[in-house]
Amino acid sequence: MLSDRKTLHVWLLMLPLLCVMIAVIGWPLIDTIRLSFTNTRLVGSEGEFVGLHNFTKMLSSRNFQRAFSTTMQFTLISVTLEIVIGVLVGMLLNQKFYGRTILRGMLILPWALPTVVNATLWRLIYNPEYGAFNAALLKLGIIDQYQSWLGQPQTAMMALILADLWKNFPLVALIALAALQSVPNDIRAAAISDGANAFRRFRYVILPYLVGPLMVAVVLRTIEAFKVFDIIWIMTRGGPANSTRTLSILVYQEAFAFQRAGSGASLALIITLAITVLAVIYIRIMRSWAGGTN
Amino acid sequence: MEHQSRAFSIFVHAMALLVAMVILAPLLWLFIMSVSSNADLSAKPLHFWPEVFDFSRYGQLLSRSNNSMGEAFVASLFNSIKVASMATLIALAIGIPAGWAASRNPRVGWSLGAVVATYMLPPVALSVPLYMILAKAGLLNTTWGLALVYLSILAPFSTWLLKAGFDPIPRDLEMAAAIDGARLDQTLRIVILPLAMPVIATSLIFAFLLAWDEFFYALLFTSNQQAKTLTVAIADLAGGRVSDYGLIATAGVLAALPPVFVGVLMQRALISGLTNGGVKG
Repeated sequence: MLSDRKTLHVWLLMLPLLCVMIAVIGWPLIDTIRLSFTNTRLVGSEGEFVGLHNFTKMLSSRNFQRAFSTTMQFTLISVTLEIVIGVLVGMLLNQKFYGRTILRGMLILPWALPTVVNATLWRLIYNPEYGAFNAALLKLGIIDQYQSWLGQPQTAMMALILADLWKNFPLVALIALAALQSVPNDIRAAAISDGANAFRRFRYVILPYLVGPLMVAVVLRTIEAFKVFDIIWIMTRGGPANSTRTLSILVYQEAFAFQRAGSGASLALIITLAITVLAVIYIRIMRSWAGGTN
Repeated sequence: MEHQSRAFSIFVHAMALLVAMVILAPLLWLFIMSVSSNADLSAKPLHFWPEVFDFSRYGQLLSRSNNSMGEAFVASLFNSIKVASMATLIALAIGIPAGWAASRNPRVGWSLGAVVATYMLPPVALSVPLYMILAKAGLLNTTWGLALVYLSILAPFSTWLLKAGFDPIPRDLEMAAAIDGARLDQTLRIVILPLAMPVIATSLIFAFLLAWDEFFYALLFTSNQQAKTLTVAIADLAGGRVSDYGLIATAGVLAALPPVFVGVLMQRALISGLTNGGVKG
């Protein structure tokens, strides 16, 4: 009896949150699914049921295929660079040097800078006529004339990734540092006295402590990168010649610029599904790693 | 670590200097752009250091004279503060009881797991129905409507943080209160909340910053000074016909100040908060 009343109380405490979640997440998600089978316009009359038409149209369109590979490219390159540079900086911070605390504090700055401000800042830095990037590279003799970094399809994606990398590697570095500090010193010392070289020490002594936390960082960063919208919208709006148009930008254009709510919804569901698949794969890998090292 | 050779120590210091420069250079440049004259900014070769420091753009953006650039900027600043405050307060009001309930009763933990999983959803998956709901309710282009939408991000996030913060608070205190005849709400208010103040404060700041940074929903659901937030105002400046790059940089500095200030001030708590999830996972 008492336990029944207690359960009731607990659910009462959860109720406001659950109601709000249903209103702003649950119901819209279900409605997105319903819309994806219709040809509803964003504004105006209710659409009609069109079955799987939106999905087949989207999946077979060149725009979708291109946006999908652009998104994969952005995700793979930026997350890989963030993890590699983040771990290297984390290892650096685990050494003794003057100003270590200050440098660790500095890593907070790019993370704290709003994404929109970061994107705007880099857009100014890459400016083809007055940007600091051109001026600095010219001064260093790396280029001999100003380039339109965001205006050429060959360089726009790398320029975007660099801006994203600058903002996000510090978080990975902080996570890596925290993990490195959990490696017991005597294990490290034992490996050194056993004559293990630097590579073997990293692989067998340090890496097992890093893998778990890093996997969490990889999963979070991958999901974020796959959803990317802000930084690209502000720096290139998906251009030039659609070379940086990722899936989220494509949904925005389909559903809001062209007001095709139905096909936009189907596209959004395809992205959601892709993210879910990615997350499940990562969790599998993470579990098998955890099983392997214990 | 024990016997560092001299060469290694020099290498470490050089790399640390490099990392510091990579982090600071873009930030410093944002500030320098905001105080450089247009002549300095458009000079070739570029003047990396201004002849005179000119802070007049800050006055320009923060003035409220009619139809000025400043009027629109200040309006968006107030909208950002309004939306972020409303969304944060509601998120905490529903997150505190839910986080506590989930912390004390593993049996309802799964529902919180479901809530946290919504983090994976891309905002585009909810944006079309949210637009239609707001349009029907007449809440498009209002700060209230946007704050409501922000709950979809802030509520799961702060509940999860709060639950993690409630976990280490001993249950004995609640039992003692129950034996003394306190009702559930009294226990929560008198016993738990004072102890949980640090985690509540952290959640409040995190949630506020999350709303402060948000761009996608604000871009979709606001259209003019009545509700446009700071992030949208800056995107307008950056993408529009403004030829004064210094002014865009100034807007950026002003928008970055609150989160950067908080970041520096709360460094320790932030670092442990950011990395804890990772290390435990």
